[in-house]
Amino acid sequence: MKVAIASKGNTLDHLIDLQFGHCAFFVIYDKDTNELQIRSNPFKEATEQAGIRAVKWLASEGVKSLIAGDFGPKIQPLLDQMGIQLIVIRKPETSIQQIINLLKQKHHAKA
Amino acid sequence: MPAVKGFRPYGPELDKNAEAVVLHFEEYEAFKMCDYDNLNHLAAAKLMQVSRPTFTRIYASARNKIALSMAEGRPLEIEGGEVYFESNWLQCLLCGSYFNQPHPEEVAEDCPLCGHHQIQQIEQLDFTNLQYDSL
Ligand SMILES: [Zn+2]
Repeated sequence: MKVAIASKGNTLDHLIDLQFGHCAFFVIYDKDTNELQIRSNPFKEATEQAGIRAVKWLASEGVKSLIAGDFGPKIQPLLDQMGIQLIVIRKPETSIQQIINLLKQKHHAKA
Repeated sequence: MPAVKGFRPYGPELDKNAEAVVLHFEEYEAFKMCDYDNLNHLAAAKLMQVSRPTFTRIYASARNKIALSMAEGRPLEIEGGEVYFESNWLQCLLCGSYFNQPHPEEVAEDCPLCGHHQIQQIEQLDFTNLQYDSL
């Protein structure tokens, strides 16, 4: 299952981005294959509906769950409709690597 | 589904250009179940497959909108389109993350981030008034 994490930069040492729609990069992690992709956010500079467009783009990439420091209020209904899970981490000093470690550990615990 | 698509006010002082108030389908359902079918909130929440706090919020919003329409003489439109139910929100007691449950028929058992089993249901996550946890 693919998870997209909003990141402030293009390495795993960067911190989680608090702005989902306008984040600099998305780190897409596939829990099943352990594969990582770092993609720049095409809607970063969008003035309108950046979050909604980012959600649709990520969903088309097969992402089933999104992680960010915060999400705009308009996003939730769309995600509920699409069956995508939101995970909100309100700790701005969390790095992408820390999040991936948590996800890996969870995956191993289950297997 | 509701029998009507909406309601129009009438009267001599009416502002013809008044913007319609849009009542979502779930708000109509919540209002009808409580005030026409006389169900209590818990029973109505179960029928709508939402948590009780979510139901209470939908119902309060329905009443506000109906009152707004009457008090300001604005048409009331019932949105018949997509039926959308808000998902429930939970919090992990170990890592502190918040997450929703987008499939209401599935029961959350552990945190999607760290896998911890101690999770609790919370009121709707407040997206507008951010309080960041300190590390
Ligand atoms: Zn957790």
